[in-house]
Amino acid sequence: MAESSGVMAYAEASKDKLTTTTRELLGIGRNLANELGEPLCAVLAGDGVSSLADEAISLGADRVYVIDDPLLKEYLSDSFTPVMERLAAEVSPRIILLGQTDAGRDLAPRLAFRLKTAATLDCVDLTIDAASKRLQATRPVYGGNALATFTTETDPQIVTIRVKAFSAATADASRKGEVIKAEAGLEPAAVRTKVLDRIVEEVEGLKLEDAAVVVSGGRGIGGAEGFKQLEELAHLLKGALGASRPPCDNGWVSELLQIGITGKIIAPDLYLAVALSGSSQHLSGCSGSKNIVAINKDPEANIFQAATYGVVGDWKKVVPALTEKIRELTSG
Amino acid sequence: MNMIVCIKQVMDPETPPASFKIDPQTNKVIPPPGIAPVPDPYSEYALEAALRLKAENSGKITAISLGNDLLRDVVKKSLAMGADELILLEDEAFAGGDSCSTAIALAAAIKKIGEYDIVFCGRQAADWGASQVGSGIAELLGLPCLTLAQKVEATDGKAKVEVVTDDGYEVVETTLPAVITVSNELGEVRYPNIKGILKAKKKEPIIWKPADIGLEASEVGAAGRCTKLVKLFQPVREGEAEIISGDTPEEAAVNLALKLREIKLI
Ligand SMILES: Cc1cc2nc3c(=O)[nH]c(=O)nc-3n(C[C@H](O)[C@H](O)[C@H](O)COP(=O)(O)OP(=O)(O)OC[C@H]3O[C@@H](n4cnc5c(N)ncnc54)[C@H](O)[C@@H]3O)c2cc1C
Ligand SMILES: Nc1ncnc2c1ncn2[C@@H]1O[C@H](COP(=O)(O)O)[C@@H](O)[C@H]1O
Repeated sequence: MAESSGVMAYAEASKDKLTTTTRELLGIGRNLANELGEPLCAVLAGDGVSSLADEAISLGADRVYVIDDPLLKEYLSDSFTPVMERLAAEVSPRIILLGQTDAGRDLAPRLAFRLKTAATLDCVDLTIDAASKRLQATRPVYGGNALATFTTETDPQIVTIRVKAFSAATADASRKGEVIKAEAGLEPAAVRTKVLDRIVEEVEGLKLEDAAVVVSGGRGIGGAEGFKQLEELAHLLKGALGASRPPCDNGWVSELLQIGITGKIIAPDLYLAVALSGSSQHLSGCSGSKNIVAINKDPEANIFQAATYGVVGDWKKVVPALTEKIRELTSG
Repeated sequence: MNMIVCIKQVMDPETPPASFKIDPQTNKVIPPPGIAPVPDPYSEYALEAALRLKAENSGKITAISLGNDLLRDVVKKSLAMGADELILLEDEAFAGGDSCSTAIALAAAIKKIGEYDIVFCGRQAADWGASQVGSGIAELLGLPCLTLAQKVEATDGKAKVEVVTDDGYEVVETTLPAVITVSNELGEVRYPNIKGILKAKKKEPIIWKPADIGLEASEVGAAGRCTKLVKLFQPVREGEAEIISGDTPEEAAVNLALKLREIKLI
């Protein structure tokens, strides 16, 4: 492989637009590229993605590799790994950035082992070490109890970024860049897996990840009924409903509402945590919130360590009174 | 159906945050006093997936754990839950590895076992949570890999797997042999029953050293790492919450609403 250089960002699109995570990738990608004094390129691999190249350029990419092929209609590691393997061999980037998304978290380790290098997933901080010019990748470990910084000696250095951990690039339509079409070169026979069906569970109302206010309940809520009250409060605050893991495991709410290290990662302006203890695994998913407000009957609950404001008390008494007062305050 | 399940021994992830301490000198976690290690909960979901398949299709389950100082009580839980065979990659040389050196050793052991239809791993280990060993084994053995399974069905030569996605799930079919990593959406993991516990007591694990799987000590554990740990540290917490009080819980709630209005959050 030639001397490696530059930063490569694996872009993803949804509904004919680059995703928020992709904007975040291009934001941190641009910073890292500037620090190295090297170019930033984006990769658009999929079916019908060519039209998004300009958007990637406006968001900071100097070059966009477009691999547009019907065989790449849906993400499968068997098809995307060889595509990225070929491109990485051709371009020899120093760093490959992906999002910690359904595709990114599957592709990154696969690609790392294929290219005989290493990946670090779910990073919350990325810096270039001034002396060695190597990437220092920091990620939560031990269920969010600690952070660890890793480096690797081999190129490309592959990392995925945690969603909402980096600021998104802002678009500038005057930016110039180059678009390069590349072939997928896929052998259909090499793809051993096949998507038979895709089930999208519709969650009512605002999407958890996009909400400015999230009202979240834990095991102490006790059942599905209690979550109706939290939902009412969330609705009043034009927010979304969330949960810790036990309510999801118990089927009180949809599994899609789980917040935490193995659930959704959110960063709302207001996170109202009701009757949940604030385990490290849970906090890992919501510690980016601007304000955490906790309601818990146990003054020793760990959630009070993470919260800005708290009320110690039984949620069955606190939540109805809070809802009523908020209704009064917000009704004009 | 021959299945292999990779099960890691980890520090108990339910350790209270207050007992979690790091030694900054060595960049290591100080084992919390009085809290015993446990099988990685995600590895247990992997084992549960295998046990469910075995109940339907019959077959054999081999559990593998890699590490040093593996506690027999911890690693034998797989046997008690229903695994048929337990292989320990146990040696000082295996200590201090990362997902790269771990996957290399596990892949070598799986190759030595030879006959298998599915290799199950957890989606991520509860300690370092690198989320890579399953994909790594698949790459090293040239197998397809499905990550984050919540349901697995298998018939001759094929598996149908529900894979968790951000907004639901996908049903994906794969040829076998394959690697499948399992997520907690699989549902509850069984407890060992008395019969299982007695069986596990009598059964001795097979122990393999690096040489037994054709590897040099320099290729495994800390020596075989692909990543270097520069620093391990605890995030700084910004002090404690301001407690909003009141004579009754209802009054505290009203004061909270007023506070939220004051700081323009509502
Ligand atoms: C590998 C692994 C991954 C995990 N991933 C996640 C994850 O992604 N997300 C997640 O959330 N968890 C996760 N967990 C689980 C996590 O460790 C905790 O067990 C879980 O977060 C606890 O949920 P909880 O706070 O709702 O319940 P508990 O810890 O049981 O807390 C309930 C709280 O409710 C309070 N309470 C009870 N009744 C009332 C009342 N009437 N009024 C007011 N307060 C009341 C109690 O004081 C207590 O603090 C994971 C665990 C493991 C091992
Ligand atoms: N030392 C180990 N011994 C056995 N299995 C392991 C080991 N390390 C990781 N695994 C398996 O790989 C999964 C993912 O681990 P990781 O990639 O390290 O997050 C775990 O849930 C286990 O199934």
